[in-house]
Amino acid sequence: MQARKISVKTTEITKFLYILPFMILLGVFAYYPLYGWVYAFFDYTPPIPLSQSPFVGLKWFHSLVENKVKIDQTLQVLKNTFGMSGLSLLFSWLPMMFAIFLTEIKAVRFRKFIQTVTTLPNFISWVLVYSLAFSMFSSEGIVNGLLKQIGLIHSPLLLLQNADHVWIMMWMWLTWKTLGWSAILYIAAIMSIDDSLYEAAYVDGATRMQVIWYVVIPSMIPTYFVLTMLQVASFLNNGLEQYFVFQNAFNKDSIQVLDLYVYNLAMGGGSYSVSVAISMLKSLISVVLLFSVNGMSKLLRGESIV
Amino acid sequence: MSENTAGIATDEKIHDGNYSSKIKAHTSPADKAVTLVIYVLFSLYSLICIYPFYSIIINTISANDISANGEVFLYPKHIQFHNYIDVFKIPGLWNAAVVSVGRTVIGASLTVGTSAFLGFMFTQMDLWGRKFWYRYTVITMFFNAGVIPWYLTMRSLHLTNNFLAYILPAVVMPFYIILVKTFVESTPKELQQAASIDGAGTLTLFFKIMLPICKPILATVAIFAAVEQWNSFQDTLLLVTDNKLYSLQFILYNYINQASSISTLVNLQNAGSTAIQSLATKQTTTSIRMTVTIIVVAPILLIYPIFQRFFVKGIMIGAVKG
Repeated sequence: MQARKISVKTTEITKFLYILPFMILLGVFAYYPLYGWVYAFFDYTPPIPLSQSPFVGLKWFHSLVENKVKIDQTLQVLKNTFGMSGLSLLFSWLPMMFAIFLTEIKAVRFRKFIQTVTTLPNFISWVLVYSLAFSMFSSEGIVNGLLKQIGLIHSPLLLLQNADHVWIMMWMWLTWKTLGWSAILYIAAIMSIDDSLYEAAYVDGATRMQVIWYVVIPSMIPTYFVLTMLQVASFLNNGLEQYFVFQNAFNKDSIQVLDLYVYNLAMGGGSYSVSVAISMLKSLISVVLLFSVNGMSKLLRGESIV
Repeated sequence: MSENTAGIATDEKIHDGNYSSKIKAHTSPADKAVTLVIYVLFSLYSLICIYPFYSIIINTISANDISANGEVFLYPKHIQFHNYIDVFKIPGLWNAAVVSVGRTVIGASLTVGTSAFLGFMFTQMDLWGRKFWYRYTVITMFFNAGVIPWYLTMRSLHLTNNFLAYILPAVVMPFYIILVKTFVESTPKELQQAASIDGAGTLTLFFKIMLPICKPILATVAIFAAVEQWNSFQDTLLLVTDNKLYSLQFILYNYINQASSISTLVNLQNAGSTAIQSLATKQTTTSIRMTVTIIVVAPILLIYPIFQRFFVKGIMIGAVKG
């Protein structure tokens, strides 16, 4: 009995030793960077090591709101972040609608073609999206060339330098890239709807729109709920790449979301400490959001999403 | 087993197109109008998705003077391939192609191997601290320190201007580990039990039994990981200043933002070899940018039709599990 217990323990430990190197690697790249948060409490300028940098406490957090200019700057960045995340959230039903109407198409080849073509943009990088955008819409791009050719315009339209509609433009590029792909999860949800529900609706004489409204949409609400909650949880994380590649001197003020702001501050201005302070606040708020959303999900549906 | 079969069954439904018959055909005028609107909208949207790619391709193979005037938008005119020949003469482009291919092949292979192994190990009930290590892995999907602390870490590990910076952080990818774990859980337990009664150890179990069974899900993971590596731009932006380590994505980004200097460079180089260069083959900044764009996007356009049937299956298996 005793011997068997010990041998079980050895296999447990051996198995752990197999995964140990990978856990260390994860520790180094995912957990160790958390140590970098201490930079937020020091006055750190790159060549001088942290050990010789003065400890400044909450100075950098305070600096975000210390005078009118800084407050305006912070508010503008928050406004951009909320504006662009808010737009995505506002239109979060689009992939669901896309899936519903796509499955309504009865010509199999046509439907497969659409599904293939619309998921393609999801697989190219933001740099490539920007390059396509540039080739199409820059002053020497294809669209301006075409418009000039047919004599509609004389001076090129500067769509990429336009600062007025940046949020909408960014939302449109994001939608172009991700819509078809996001719909796949909903298509999977539609697949799993019980056939008898359709039959019952049909027997009751429901029209197509009524079937969609009373059968399909209610069946997809759980999926929609989970995905939207996750979207809320990552409200502050717009990511860096899209806004980085699309930023220019003209649209800079209205395109700077938190992630881009953090990058520009550190890499452009060398203000590491402030950037780290913002990153830190952002991560903490995101975790709070994630847990509140999770709690809400438990409360409403008795199911946690994380 | 049930999750897996459900996933595959739904997928087959898509391919057979059975599911649209769920809704019986109505023939009222209103329904016909709805059908028409759906078809028109989807056709338009497909066009919007595919046209930019098409348009750039036909512009790069048309005579550059015609293309520069904006006359090419439906089909190529005066087809020529000078752009492609000349663009590869740009210093650094071959090197960037090697870096991109290298990181894609090495990085994706490591990701697949690790995801397979850890996905399998996390199903082993007698792994010491299994639940803890699984959570420790998965939680990193939702939580990170931020760009700057990450940059500072990489710098302190001497991973700036180092090829390993592309590879090492990509070794453990929680999302793929979840996909593999779900897949392994859906295979019959008896298989592993029988093998271990026959004396197979953990590694034999993994290599001889699980790895062959997991092929479909590993194909999906391989494709995702490869696309991710190929598309990666942020790590070069943050960590690399040595132009020998630039990736194609980074080079392309630089070209879009640089002034017309590249076209001058290419045309100067050509001026040396061919005394007179016609306007039609003379590179413009736009033609070079477009050509590099096509070179960067080509691998994805080429393998996409092949891999998209894998990923629908793979992602659905993941989706059903939730």
